Amino acid sequence: MTLVLESTLESVDIAEERVLSEAAQAGFDEDQQHHIGMSVRECMVNAVVHGNRYNARKKVTVSISRSAERLEVIIADEGEGFDMSNLPDPLADENLLRHSGRGLLLMQAFMDEFQIRPHHPRGTEVRMVKYLGKNNQ
Amino acid sequence: MTTRQVGDVTVIDVVGRITLGEGASAFRDAIRELAANGKKKLLLNLAEVSYIDSSGIGEMVSGFTTVTNQGGAVKLLNLTKRVRDLLQITKLYTVFEVFDDEAAAVRSFS
Repeated sequence: MTLVLESTLESVDIAEERVLSEAAQAGFDEDQQHHIGMSVRECMVNAVVHGNRYNARKKVTVSISRSAERLEVIIADEGEGFDMSNLPDPLADENLLRHSGRGLLLMQAFMDEFQIRPHHPRGTEVRMVKYLGKNNQ
Repeated sequence: MTTRQVGDVTVIDVVGRITLGEGASAFRDAIRELAANGKKKLLLNLAEVSYIDSSGIGEMVSGFTTVTNQGGAVKLLNLTKRVRDLLQITKLYTVFEVFDDEAAAVRSFS
């Protein structure tokens, strides 16, 4: 299933709701669904706010696929992209009191696989996978 | 979100979602207003918080910084497992004092 969504905060709710519906049907338990939903939420906020910067001409594409073992979500924006190595470490003592910068950390903690790469022709693509039967939190 | 006074400690009973948008904004505004009105001993009761995202965490940290810089303190009460997990993942357990007992939390301010 692929959703092409506007760069609005309403799209964050839409994506979260659709992924959670798939996660429930796949058989993830309540805590796992919470982790999946939160990861999608964080990723969508990044795509809408930091990637597309609410630009009405830019879309966020959400691809959801599931099998008997796993749920995969790929979220791509059309922004300028960014270099992860330039992001401050949110767990460093000097960064603990920063207002923002924890979204990627939470996605990585909650999902079993997390990859981020440039999206062709521009933007950023995040791929996240959660496996049934694994519990990483 | 409601506030009540227990001695000189202001207990903020937070309810629902603290996420990007209205939830986090209302939370931020409430903390700022209390700080502006001289309330510098804030206890956030998070028992009824159903969901908090990184924006909500950011507002908690900002509130902590604002009040601490004014010589006050922000402490946390009654964390759900999910909020507790978030504080562990983000290492904010090392920043916030956390309590499960309101009376003990209130006493800790004195």
